[in-house]
Amino acid sequence: MMLEMNTRRALQSHIATPRFETPFHPRIAALSETSDWYTWAGYKAPHSVFDEELEYFAIRSTAALFDISPMVKYRIAGPDAERYLNRLTVRNVAKLGTGRVHYTAWCDDHGHVLDDGTLFRLAPDTFRLCCQERHLPWLLDSAIGFDVEIEEETMQIAGLALQGPTSFAVLCKAGFDGIERLKPFQLADFAHDGGTVTISRTGFTGDLGYELFVPAEAALSLWDRLWAAGQLHGIRAIGYAALNRARIEAGFIVANADFMTAETTLRADRARMPDEIGLDWLVDAEKPNFNGRKAILEARRNQTLKHVLVGLEIEGNIPADGAIVYHRKKHEAGLVSAAIWSPLAKRNIAIASLTRPYGTRLNEDLWVEIYALRELQYQKMMKRARIVPRPFIKLDRRAASPPAQF
Amino acid sequence: MKKYDVVMIGGGHNGLVAACYLQRAGLDVLVLEKNDWVGGAATSRELTPGFLYSNCSYVCSLFRPEIMRDLELPKHGLQVIAYEGGAVFTRDGDYIASYRDHDSHRREFARYSKRDAEAYDRYARDVTRRCRFIQPLLMRTAPDPFSFKPRDISELLYLGKKFGEFSAHDMAQTLRFWTMSISDFLDEYFETDVIKAYLALSGIIGTALGPMSPGTAYVLLHHYMGEVDGSVGAWGYARGGMGAVTQALASSFQASGGTIRTGADVARVMTRSGRATGVVLADGEEVRGNLVVSNADVKRTFLKLVEEDALPETFVHRVKHFKMRGSSGKLNIALDSLPEFPALPKNSSCIRGDLHFTDSMERMERAYDDWKGGRYSADPFVDMVIPTTLDPTMAPPGKHFMSCFVQYCPPQLEGRDWTDADRDAFADTVVSQIADYSPGFRDRILHMEVRTPREIEAEVGLTEGNIFQGELTFDQLLFNRPVPGYAQYRTPVPGLYLCGSSTHPGGGVMGAPGRNAAAEILRDLKMKPAEMSPAHDVI
Repeated sequence: MMLEMNTRRALQSHIATPRFETPFHPRIAALSETSDWYTWAGYKAPHSVFDEELEYFAIRSTAALFDISPMVKYRIAGPDAERYLNRLTVRNVAKLGTGRVHYTAWCDDHGHVLDDGTLFRLAPDTFRLCCQERHLPWLLDSAIGFDVEIEEETMQIAGLALQGPTSFAVLCKAGFDGIERLKPFQLADFAHDGGTVTISRTGFTGDLGYELFVPAEAALSLWDRLWAAGQLHGIRAIGYAALNRARIEAGFIVANADFMTAETTLRADRARMPDEIGLDWLVDAEKPNFNGRKAILEARRNQTLKHVLVGLEIEGNIPADGAIVYHRKKHEAGLVSAAIWSPLAKRNIAIASLTRPYGTRLNEDLWVEIYALRELQYQKMMKRARIVPRPFIKLDRRAASPPAQF
Repeated sequence: MKKYDVVMIGGGHNGLVAACYLQRAGLDVLVLEKNDWVGGAATSRELTPGFLYSNCSYVCSLFRPEIMRDLELPKHGLQVIAYEGGAVFTRDGDYIASYRDHDSHRREFARYSKRDAEAYDRYARDVTRRCRFIQPLLMRTAPDPFSFKPRDISELLYLGKKFGEFSAHDMAQTLRFWTMSISDFLDEYFETDVIKAYLALSGIIGTALGPMSPGTAYVLLHHYMGEVDGSVGAWGYARGGMGAVTQALASSFQASGGTIRTGADVARVMTRSGRATGVVLADGEEVRGNLVVSNADVKRTFLKLVEEDALPETFVHRVKHFKMRGSSGKLNIALDSLPEFPALPKNSSCIRGDLHFTDSMERMERAYDDWKGGRYSADPFVDMVIPTTLDPTMAPPGKHFMSCFVQYCPPQLEGRDWTDADRDAFADTVVSQIADYSPGFRDRILHMEVRTPREIEAEVGLTEGNIFQGELTFDQLLFNRPVPGYAQYRTPVPGLYLCGSSTHPGGGVMGAPGRNAAAEILRDLKMKPAEMSPAHDVI
């Protein structure tokens, strides 16, 4: 449906700011020492705020605030919302209770992953789907025949991730009474600024942490409330570089970084099934209907899955991003999509996509070829790689209920 | 009397491209051009002091960079400047713009429909997938499926292999795409009429079909597979107008020792014992050549320049029925100052891109209905650009050159020839449309060149004024262009070749037909080109 003329005209000015600022931008800009911005889904987002290295340690030692407003958000509501989402996504939404969140994925008819994301059950018939890419046509087309309303609400809802061992203490100090009752993947509404903030015990760091969602108008007051409460608990604002390190340690994958989403690929062979990117555990094969089910089950039955996503531990300490993985130092077996030296695991870790049977049957004798550019010369190294389970780190504090104060 | 190795009929861009490659390979090439200037439909002429017009073609994207490199065209003055986006004005006083910046583009579409904003990526991906299939075929001679020569079989296998890289789903999509209408194609992605009207433009340009006619989806693709220096799908202005393309080619040709004769109108191809031996000019002068290459379209070449008795009957029949219907006109306007479009925000980048006024599919189709009735469109579709917003060389400072491509405009009006009065009335229809959106527009006009198919055919020599030397529908592409069995630049007359846009891969200022023709000619002569880059990889 075409929007009204006056609505359209009011929106003309978007072109004056090709990089939108998030609702939290004034605060982050004021804190930014590095002026190190990048573009995340059309928004100006910090790559770092003061020091990438120290920002990482804020996640692991105190509390880190990361602006997740640019994440694409859809509100899905209506009597058929559960049934609709059960058809759309690979996981069983009937098992997702009200006030809970789960990580999920959705596929096209060929069983290729369109995206992964988190699904929040805000009320029995109301959900929020958060993801990296935009899917409105897909979501609307999938809704034909379902009594469900779908609305894109990325701009209207501001999001903040508060992550780290003191994050619980910060929220207590900020006066969010009852926050101690939130278990991992639970959410609840709390009073804030004359309205409510939805807080979930979720995150992308593998650490103790929370995600907070408020209407954009209440964003700054929320930031200020957390910032004031966090002063004695080491709260810091962080950019994506630090978060990325934490997420690799936690073994999380990023759409269009560790796998290509089916709707964005130009090359037919780049799309991936859930089982090919480590998401097989999400697929509920017992569910009678969900999009891509037939193709996924057929691929499993016929063993036609071509790829597998694995965690690697690589000898030495040189990160192997973009490196080719070899079998017996000779046969190309795959590609590293993310790699860091893990400060917490004290290991050189990586996420890699391998072509089966490497990673499934042939798991030994794997190597990565690292090209390290040092003072205008490539130091080429062939390093042994071992397949290890993800996450690379496991922190007891992440799941402790109630959480410790720090 | 001197006998040349190669006599080229016509100095359009493809003729010059072929001439350059042949001359560089060591042949002695003569280009004969009927006008007093070279360029064909890629010219920049100064018709009023201080202003250069891109008289026919007006934007550049398709011209192959491999050819620019091989023929050293930058050294000879060619520079293409990419432009950003453009806009369609809507009748309710708004507009919808397209921007190079991905997020701005999405937000602009979202002003009309959030769904369409997010559907654009899917659309762009699908079009890009189709382009990636076609692009490598541009710089290859189309295989002849009726020949069993090893080369044709291997080329067919190449095609088959490329096709085989598609998933079954993609194959079906590709086949549908090649035959469907641009309107049906866009309906599968978008709900907003004005967005569809904007994108449909590329499906009908230069084509005597409406947006609802089958086959127009492919025409869109033809306009998406170009690039400006690696930015695929981008369009740009040639600095100095489109004549800069052919001026650079002419300069490169002459620098390698080639000869150009202007004011030399070829009346007839000479044959002896069925073989081409040269040409006769309009004044009776004979020019002899071992080979004759025609840059003219297939109809002009075989229905006007070659005696019919030298040709097989079926061939002539096919040529007669090759669809080459005039559908467009052109206004070139010298402006005293930059026109204002109050609907656009101040300093909008849109003014530097292509601007349109047709904001619905129905208006576009109705415009075509007029053409079917033998009339020019009462509410025409206009593709308007102001190259001087980016190119300082085409008008004095502060003044501007505006190019308006207009559709539809039939080769004859209700069965009779155009008159000057018709032409002026046609121009007024277009100027009125612009003036509706740009107050004071008429007062800014200093000079105007108006071209209907009549003027285009008379000056450039394109039959019916068809800008592509034949419509780009699937029945006239690949091994069917221009005639099955003669799609490899050779003709039924030994020693006579075609190199214009009537041949594979078709129209637009692309240069690929000229380059591919040169490759075939050199193959027949068992010669090697001095330098002929293979098509850039599509990886």
